[in-house]
Amino acid sequence: MESIFSLVLAKANYAVYIILMMVGLYAMIAKNNLIKKIVGMTIFQTAIILFYVSIGYKRGATIPILEHHASPETVAHGAEKMAAHAMDAVDVAHYINPLPHVLMLTAIVVGVATLGVALALAIKVYNTYGTVEEDEINQQLRSG
Amino acid sequence: MKILGKLTILLCGVLLLVFTMEFPDWGDPDSPASTHLSPYFIQHTMEDTAVPNIVTSVLADYRGYDTMFETTVILTAGLACFLLLRIERKKVPHRYYRHEPTGVTLRMEGDKFPRNSAVFQRMDANWVPYDFVISRTCRLIIPFIQIFALYVVAHGHHSPGGGFQGGVLMGASVILFAISHSLRAAIKSFSEKTAALLSVTGVFIYAGTGALCLIFGEVFLNYSALAPLFGNDRIMARSHGILMVEIGVAVAVTAVMIWIYYNLSSAGKQDEGL
Repeated sequence: MESIFSLVLAKANYAVYIILMMVGLYAMIAKNNLIKKIVGMTIFQTAIILFYVSIGYKRGATIPILEHHASPETVAHGAEKMAAHAMDAVDVAHYINPLPHVLMLTAIVVGVATLGVALALAIKVYNTYGTVEEDEINQQLRSG
Repeated sequence: MKILGKLTILLCGVLLLVFTMEFPDWGDPDSPASTHLSPYFIQHTMEDTAVPNIVTSVLADYRGYDTMFETTVILTAGLACFLLLRIERKKVPHRYYRHEPTGVTLRMEGDKFPRNSAVFQRMDANWVPYDFVISRTCRLIIPFIQIFALYVVAHGHHSPGGGFQGGVLMGASVILFAISHSLRAAIKSFSEKTAALLSVTGVFIYAGTGALCLIFGEVFLNYSALAPLFGNDRIMARSHGILMVEIGVAVAVTAVMIWIYYNLSSAGKQDEGL
């Protein structure tokens, strides 16, 4: 019993992202309103971002910024000495994986920009059909 | 339809949950994601680029092409919003103005309308009374948000930060001004033309830094080539090249965020809005 509990707890991050992703997917499939579909898409995107960030985590590690002390002599002697100084000991297990953070950093901002495009399309649909309800748009398309 | 949707979701969710049991545990230092490429980045960042913040060095140097095209995607999104929504301001037959000293609402006919002044205040379709507390608080806060945004851009090498984060903060400060005052007041101080020009300039700074490396005789986006320009060694030149690129990203993101807001909040008219 205890082993199952610890097994579930070790994968809890995946459960959280799957639940969020399914909430978003359900909104995209089943909702009738285009704005609600866009909100669902954003929730889906957030789930993916959380998934990536949780992958990058290492137990007992800190943020991926190397410990450094810029003393006046290292600044005066330029980067080569600074690099040699920093090469002393960089413990990989001490810093979390920076790669998912880089990918998600750009994904968040690009996500906001593409959300803007989605909302612009929704405004355009509203101007053309006078509604953002999908069934009413379909009805208008069939009848006319 | 609803039941079919719920069934699909349930099936997908259960399948995903079952197969994540094969995934590495949370916080496992030996997970596949953390064992192949990321140790190289963590160990070699300092000797390759002299930037302690690994995220910044991976973003702008190791994965420089990726970030350049992400910036291009953001510019394209701004352009798409503009092309989809922007419409010319039509001639309106009348407008409503509020006479400030007396509080009387006036309807003005014709095509010569008074500008906003201390006496006349234009009333939009969804006009709400002027809120003294909100607008003054925002005016007090906005300069500090902007200084913090500049700090985030400039200090991205040594602390969490960089072009994307600083650019979004800077854009948010102008959007806050537009929300707390009016869209027209924001457009008066940061016009649509400025936003369009700056968003292109940002991408141009990024690609231009890459092209400058070509001119100095090395491959695209190899900032070491810029060492004679900055007057330092080849490793420190990478650090400075990253800063140039981050500034380009920040300018592009700021301008595109503001541009998208202008078009979305007024549905392309850029006359009345939130």
